[in-house]
Amino acid sequence: MTEESAGGIAKKFLYVNRRAPYGSIYGLESLEVVLIGAAFEQDVSLAFLGDGVFQLTKGQDTKGLEVKNFSPTFRALEDYDVTKLYVEKEALEARGLSAADLVVPVEVVSAQRMAEIMEAQDVILSF
Amino acid sequence: MLHTVNKSPFEHRALETCLKFARQGAAVLLIEDGVYAAARDTAVAEQVQEALKTVSIYALKPDVEARGMQNRVMDGVRLVDYGGFVDLVVEHNAVQSWL
Amino acid sequence: MKFGILVNEGPYTHEASDTAYQFVRAALAKGHQIYRVFFYHDGVNNGTRLTVPPQDDRNIVKRWSELAAEHKLDLVVCIAAAQRRGLMDAAEAKRNGKDAHNLAPGFRISGLGQLIEAGIQADRLVVFGD
Repeated sequence: MTEESAGGIAKKFLYVNRRAPYGSIYGLESLEVVLIGAAFEQDVSLAFLGDGVFQLTKGQDTKGLEVKNFSPTFRALEDYDVTKLYVEKEALEARGLSAADLVVPVEVVSAQRMAEIMEAQDVILSF
Repeated sequence: MLHTVNKSPFEHRALETCLKFARQGAAVLLIEDGVYAAARDTAVAEQVQEALKTVSIYALKPDVEARGMQNRVMDGVRLVDYGGFVDLVVEHNAVQSWL
Repeated sequence: MKFGILVNEGPYTHEASDTAYQFVRAALAKGHQIYRVFFYHDGVNNGTRLTVPPQDDRNIVKRWSELAAEHKLDLVVCIAAAQRRGLMDAAEAKRNGKDAHNLAPGFRISGLGQLIEAGIQADRLVVFGD
């Protein structure tokens, strides 16, 4: 359906995540869009900038908050063919983190490379 | 690409982050509380002046006026109305909102 | 040109809904098409017909409804976000066993796929939020 409606050419969708999880609902509801959007067979990438990198950290335990821990869902993205996850290097380092601290394999990129990735998109969704 | 920034640069890092990722030739439109970055003689004015060397910076006039800043906008920052906002979106291939 | 619009914040608390409305109006005035306005996160609250703002204030919800009627806009409220926040149409209220519904005229409730589709179909997608 989407292939036809878009003239057979998939659009490049980028989801930009800049907020930490749990303090607000944006991270969770953004991920819900990614999961629904995966069915549309577009060219999907996720960018994690600034506090957005906190969404991906290992060891999240939300039992005390009585809210859903949505970090394991990032591991399921691969099943939806969403495999392009870009994390800003400077954001990780500034927060004392490295790729090894994250729940999924990501591509750690420089700000320069991230800017190029953003520039190449058709649709940028930020929440 | 068109970038929009709607946060005050004095409380948030949205503008700083935006400028880090805005490439040569991009446009940045300051809207809502983002327009405070357009004022002269502020703590971020130098940063904005530096950015003006590589990107175009616009501020949404109704937001500027609502905040009583119409006489404080620095040289080089261009004012647009909502129609001008629409034109900027049309002129650029995509829009990134730095919320 | 065809625009898709995403509104992530509710009325009154943040300026996002006002900016989105003014943008949509200006785009229409310039002869552009609005493919869809999608309301997500607290943005779904733009679709409650139960708001009663003071008389000297703008009526944000009514303003969207009127613009939709005038220009046949497709105003879509995300169902998942709406259910979380207590916004529903008659059918949803019945399905969920609720005693009331509150969706304003001109709005419809649908899934997140409508947002993705707007991204695909529109020439530009513009996001308004906090």
